Amino acid sequence: MLGYISKRLLEIVPTLFGITLLSFLIIHLAPGKPTDVLTEMNPKITPEARERLEKLYGLDKPVIEQYWIWLKRIVNLDFGESFSSDRRPVFEKIWDTKQPLMERRLFITFLINVLSMCVIFLVAIPIGVSSATHQYSLFDKISTVFVFIGFATPGFWLALLLMMFFGIHLDWLPISGLKSMNYEMLSFSGKVWDRMLHLTLPVFVSAFVGLAGLSRFMRSSMLEVIRQDYVTVARAKGLREKEVIYKHAFRNALLPIITILGLSVPGLIGGSVIFESIFSIPGMGQLFYMSVMTRDYPMVMCILTIGAVLTLFGNLMADIGYMIADPRIRAR
Amino acid sequence: MVMSNYSPKTIFWRRFKKNRLAVAGGVIVLSLFLIAVLAPFLSPYNPNDIDRKEILEPPSLKHPLGTDDLGRDLLSRMIWGARISLAVGFVAVGISTLIGMITGALAGYYGGWSDRIIMRFIDIMLSIPTFFLILAVIAFVGPSIWNIMLVIGVTSWMGVARLVRAEFLSIKEREYVLAARALGASDMKIIFRHIMVNSLAPVLVSAVLGIAGAVLVESALSFLGLGVQPPTPSWGNILTLGKDNIEIAWWLSVYPGLAILITVLGYNLLGEGIRDSIDPRLWGTDEH
Repeated sequence: MLGYISKRLLEIVPTLFGITLLSFLIIHLAPGKPTDVLTEMNPKITPEARERLEKLYGLDKPVIEQYWIWLKRIVNLDFGESFSSDRRPVFEKIWDTKQPLMERRLFITFLINVLSMCVIFLVAIPIGVSSATHQYSLFDKISTVFVFIGFATPGFWLALLLMMFFGIHLDWLPISGLKSMNYEMLSFSGKVWDRMLHLTLPVFVSAFVGLAGLSRFMRSSMLEVIRQDYVTVARAKGLREKEVIYKHAFRNALLPIITILGLSVPGLIGGSVIFESIFSIPGMGQLFYMSVMTRDYPMVMCILTIGAVLTLFGNLMADIGYMIADPRIRAR
Repeated sequence: MVMSNYSPKTIFWRRFKKNRLAVAGGVIVLSLFLIAVLAPFLSPYNPNDIDRKEILEPPSLKHPLGTDDLGRDLLSRMIWGARISLAVGFVAVGISTLIGMITGALAGYYGGWSDRIIMRFIDIMLSIPTFFLILAVIAFVGPSIWNIMLVIGVTSWMGVARLVRAEFLSIKEREYVLAARALGASDMKIIFRHIMVNSLAPVLVSAVLGIAGAVLVESALSFLGLGVQPPTPSWGNILTLGKDNIEIAWWLSVYPGLAILITVLGYNLLGEGIRDSIDPRLWGTDEH
């Protein structure tokens, strides 16, 4: 079992290396120099100052050498300084150790993604299983329609509609930020409740799109499994239908779903850019959007790399989940 | 095998026509085509005509879907927006399909090192959150309709490549390919004339589904202000206005989103319908 995990970990290394190379090349082969953003805003800058700046960022060296220097630095989580006016170290902006956990951008994005994964898992799987075990029933038909519509719904539009309905029309839920203005004055339970209210819409919206796809996969995976001989055997043995479905069929049907859940991680993380900008959530996605708009290159490269690392982490988790669900792999 | 006397094309049409959802998808896609082509004749107003006396008017007889913050007619802007989403969808998917077919063919046909390098590269591309990658590239090349077509195309070919590779792996050892090789056909000829044509069906399905994805990505990019730039109307950038005026103008949020939903739904239904009708394993069975 440990052997399997360490083998997967070893496989991640070249991919990680490739990701850093790719994100480095994207930025450095693009037209113009990264420092142009710093210099073009300032007409008074002299050619000498420009040269000094390029030297500071190592831009006078060949690209391969620059990459090597950058790689050596990011191993220590040193992604350089932000180009924005605060000039803070890039990594500190997404993971500020002086702040409480709930104020760190990376943690906020991570939390919302984990919560929406849980929602997807808890809602999509029962829907998929019941659709499959009651194929062609009314419930199956309704959920099929829901899946097709859910698949086609732009998440940011759904966010706008929900903001309009629950936030403005009914005034039940807050529509921006992660805490109320009077947060500091609230009691502990009041604080928890306030957080939950603020998280409801973002988590729901980011879960919604994935929900449709996953319940569809669960349905077809379950349909395939309940046609297998061993399920017929289980029935023939005289087991109750519940036992047949949940003990024999369900675990096998779950296997491909775990893989798909792992594959959906990059989509979820990427989607955080949109949801965090709509709901003004101070997470990594919102910062990425702002950095893209202001061409804050060190920031963009840092978040690109961190996003990829999170994806690989998600895939690894899926592999481990797969291993727990499938004894055949554990035995290997 | 009841229908085995008919040609594959006939069977395809019969199965397709029986699938009501697929036909509905086809009708939606066809209507969108017509709307896009006939935009100059269908739109009641010039989409860029500013009318300062009619700012943020709710839907009425004069403006069936209302007006935006500059008094432009929303219906007209949405009709012209159909052109944008259609163009972006087709060009982006054209690019991604082309890249995917070439890389998939190289990996599947030659195997060995080219296969290993291409597959590793695909793994890398798939582990970078797609939307992050697209935004990062757009940040450097600048937002414009051509750039987003290119960027969406260049970041979404991996699925096609895997598909084509799998097809090549299964087809390249078949007798007729071996026969062609024995007769001295060149690699190029075998790849394109003998293998590629036989793997086109799944590629077509993934292309149709890919258009749906591209339309969604374009609208999200335009919504964030990194896609199609105003005053060119696109459903995504109209939704930006919807967000800015969310408390006063519901029509600016509701209608463009609905248009995106219907478009994506249409391509998805059509794509899945083609897949079900094309799959020979389902032929002769009539369950639907």
